[in-house]
Amino acid sequence: MDWNLLITQLLNGLQLGLLLFLLASGLTLIFGIMDFINLSHGSFYMIGAYFCGTVVAKTGSFLLGILLGLVGVFVVGALVEWFIARKLYRADHLDHVLVTFGLILIFDTLVHIIWGASGMAIPLPDSLNGQVSIGSLVLPSYRLLIIGCGLLVAGLLYVLVVRTRLGMLIRAGASNRTMVEALGVNINRLFLIVFALGATMAGFAGMLIAPITEASIGMGNDIIIIAFVVVIVGGIGSVKGAFYAAMILGLIDTLSRSYLDLLLNLVMPVTYAETAAPALSAMLVYILMAAVLAFRPQGLFPPAGVK
Amino acid sequence: MGMVPRSVSAWCYAALLAVLALAPFLFEWMEQPFYLDLLSRGLILAIAVISLNLILGYGGMVSLGHAAYIGIGAYCVGIPAYYDLYNGWLHLALALGVSGLFALVTGAVSLRTKGVYFIMITMAFSQMVYFIFLSLEEYGADDGLVIYARSEFPEWMSMDGATSLYYWIFILMLLSLFLINRLVHARFGRVIVGSKFNEPRMQALGFDTYRYRLACYVISAMLCSLAGMLLGNFAGFISPDMISWARSGELIFMVIIGGVASIFGPLIGTLAFVVLEEGLSAITVYWHLIFGIMLVALVLFGKGGIHGWLSMLDRKRVEHD
Amino acid sequence: MLTKTIRATLIASAIFATGFAQAASVKIGFITTLTTPAAVIGEDMKNSVELAMEHIGGKMGNLDVELIMEDDGFKPDVGKQKTDKLVKQDDVDFVVGYIWSHVLLASAKSVLDADKFLISANAGPSQMAGERCHKNFFSTSWQNDQTPMALGEHLNQKGVKSIYVMAPNYAAGKDMVRGVESTFKGKILGKDMTKWGADAQLDFSAELAKAKASGAEGIFVFYPGKAGGAFIKQYQQAGLQGQMDLYSVFTVDSIALPKLQAAGLSGVLGSRNTQEWSPDILNAANQRFVGDYLKKYGKYPSFYGAQSYDAIMLIKSAVEKVGGNLKDKDALRAALKAADFDSVRGRYSYGNNHMPIQNFYLREVVADDQGRWTTKIVSTVLTNHQDPYASQCKM
Repeated sequence: MDWNLLITQLLNGLQLGLLLFLLASGLTLIFGIMDFINLSHGSFYMIGAYFCGTVVAKTGSFLLGILLGLVGVFVVGALVEWFIARKLYRADHLDHVLVTFGLILIFDTLVHIIWGASGMAIPLPDSLNGQVSIGSLVLPSYRLLIIGCGLLVAGLLYVLVVRTRLGMLIRAGASNRTMVEALGVNINRLFLIVFALGATMAGFAGMLIAPITEASIGMGNDIIIIAFVVVIVGGIGSVKGAFYAAMILGLIDTLSRSYLDLLLNLVMPVTYAETAAPALSAMLVYILMAAVLAFRPQGLFPPAGVK
Repeated sequence: MGMVPRSVSAWCYAALLAVLALAPFLFEWMEQPFYLDLLSRGLILAIAVISLNLILGYGGMVSLGHAAYIGIGAYCVGIPAYYDLYNGWLHLALALGVSGLFALVTGAVSLRTKGVYFIMITMAFSQMVYFIFLSLEEYGADDGLVIYARSEFPEWMSMDGATSLYYWIFILMLLSLFLINRLVHARFGRVIVGSKFNEPRMQALGFDTYRYRLACYVISAMLCSLAGMLLGNFAGFISPDMISWARSGELIFMVIIGGVASIFGPLIGTLAFVVLEEGLSAITVYWHLIFGIMLVALVLFGKGGIHGWLSMLDRKRVEHD
Repeated sequence: MLTKTIRATLIASAIFATGFAQAASVKIGFITTLTTPAAVIGEDMKNSVELAMEHIGGKMGNLDVELIMEDDGFKPDVGKQKTDKLVKQDDVDFVVGYIWSHVLLASAKSVLDADKFLISANAGPSQMAGERCHKNFFSTSWQNDQTPMALGEHLNQKGVKSIYVMAPNYAAGKDMVRGVESTFKGKILGKDMTKWGADAQLDFSAELAKAKASGAEGIFVFYPGKAGGAFIKQYQQAGLQGQMDLYSVFTVDSIALPKLQAAGLSGVLGSRNTQEWSPDILNAANQRFVGDYLKKYGKYPSFYGAQSYDAIMLIKSAVEKVGGNLKDKDALRAALKAADFDSVRGRYSYGNNHMPIQNFYLREVVADDQGRWTTKIVSTVLTNHQDPYASQCKM
């Protein structure tokens, strides 16, 4: 057993998990509170990356790119809520799927028209491009930064949800929406804030990953499906559930990608194992979701009061 | 489906079927063989959409995984063909058998859930099918499989040639319409529709709604696999891509464009979708933008789909009378 | 009378819809990827084809050239659908293009069954070179295995003992890996095939960690298009540079270099790869192509563009040789097979399977006199090389 490799892979899994959490936390709140299925949540992830990349290209400052990018995504999220989502909260889930799929097409094509097809590389400051050594372990410093940022945002979100009045309303909304409305809270404003905040977190995830993978058209469309799996496994409306589920799925994905082909090699020829391993590791995620839905449909960590 | 059309919409549908029946001659006369291709593809998808409408429209079971059955049907042609087994009856039996069995097992699990959970669990199962085919190196994995010859049937019902295949597709599409019409107007259909709106009431009336819904799901899946079997033959090429969740999403759109829970809605919706896709993509590479805007507009402003608009014409006429 | 009028109207409208059919013209259908991130490759090919059209003045002999571009959306089934449209509706004489091996494999039958000519300007799957070779199929690129074979040969010459291998999991990726395995004499210490297609895997953290742990001397990769830039970045961020040399095919090219330069990843300078073409090949055709491309589009063309440009020139040479008589397929085929034109890579010939027999060069990434990053030929690795599947082709 190569322990250094195992630790590296565990950290890689943690990084993926945190990115998934940033996406899924907004998704689960929008889902839980407004009962709105937003397939186009991944578009915010993409838009965040492009906004950040554009600012970095103009100013050369990665930090400024992140800050302005966050503001930009917040505005786009608010606009989508205001003009489209708001009209559909009481509509059928089918309408949500349809409209948000339409939005994916619109956002993807707009990005193609504005920024071109080639994608956008986001340069990092030299201080982040290097590696950090811990004993015999050498890790890319930027990946550690992603982990740090992800944990920080998770912590902030925890404080927001558990310690503030807004958080109280959010929790109440996820458990019992009618009750919150009956209390005379300005429900429109609450929804707008939750939606835009969710979009911003997705955008932040996109900004974090883009210096590694580049910003590209449709980059959010795959990860959003996994983010939905996280939401379901964790329990709709539960931020805590989204956190644990994201960690579990991130680790499953990374560890199976690194070790499954070795296991399969024992029972089948190398070429077959090479093809089967990535597919099977992707499948594990859906098997987990189907199992949760079949045996514990409310999710592993549902919000308080949801049975 | 009375013998004499009695309303604007019925006249439209009758005219459409007549045009579809004569399409090969029409296109030959226009010297446009590609249009027959387009229509064949459209009608194959229509069968899948008709099958989806049975569970989605009438039964209220929104499946985001129906493309899996198209894939299963297609691979039931492709995999035997890979071993030089071209017997059409074998392909047909495999497609119906495998899809029926898979639907029975996954449906039994999925139908324990409701609403959005049902959407997600059907998506999960179809993703599993997707990744299974993706993992099969022998059958092309990501690259897909080229099918070099069509399923073999007795001479008089051969699939070879564009026109014969078209009539295969057209007749199966007609049969699907007929089947669904019979089903939803029988007691079976009333139980299905009834449990969409008020399941406890149907249970109180003594119906085992779970079993009815499961049967409905399995029938829909088998019908859809038929579309897959035709698609494998028509395209001559199959790949796991046919099963991706986006394809399942497209099937849902076709149902909605046409009009949910109507007999002819799926057919019209599918044809509209295929024509739009082909027409728009010929205009600009940015056609997805136009398409996306149309989808959003459809939901925000266009209730009831094309079937709904036609029915509105019917009502207007009645008011005039 | 009435039916005649209706028929005339329908035909007129059909013609209107498809573009007016001219009698004296060569119709060329071109399939590439114009949507999804892979459109960056498609645009390079499209630019080069349009440049070729300018260079020939839109004419081949005394025939006008009619060009119809279609987008495969990076999906085999869409590519096949578009191919069917080109063959049946537009009734083109040549179907050209295809970046992706799996799209080509899905589409080939439609073209060849209709007795039209199919010219691949990039994809070179082993099947089309071997058992599925066809009299009407030609390539202006290479068979997939060849470029990595050249790279493996270079590794031997350099004395590299062990490598780690990474490639996307699709037809071309498998051919590439087979290619390097067939010539490289050292040990392959590990191999990862990653998800490809519109939803390709772009975060290689797990794989790079494995590569590093394997202790191989070098890493061989094949990541065309946008994945190339992403890979090189992560390779550098993981600190593998200097520990594990990077050897690539179809990864560091004119598509990736401008972006890498913008992102300041100077580690790629000096890295080496193999290819059948380079912008600095000295011949009149290439200098005109690269020079005018630079002038018109402000950047270097890639090998995808060079091969697309060549495809148009190959067709032109054949059409002119048969005096514009496109009906005489046998003569046209013979004319194509002669490859009697000035390819931008220099002259090459066709083998029995209609794959080019050509040189492969070792290229190095350098900055040109204006500071733009490009590639420069270092040496010739393989001379007049024929692909290993030619013997399986019964033609």
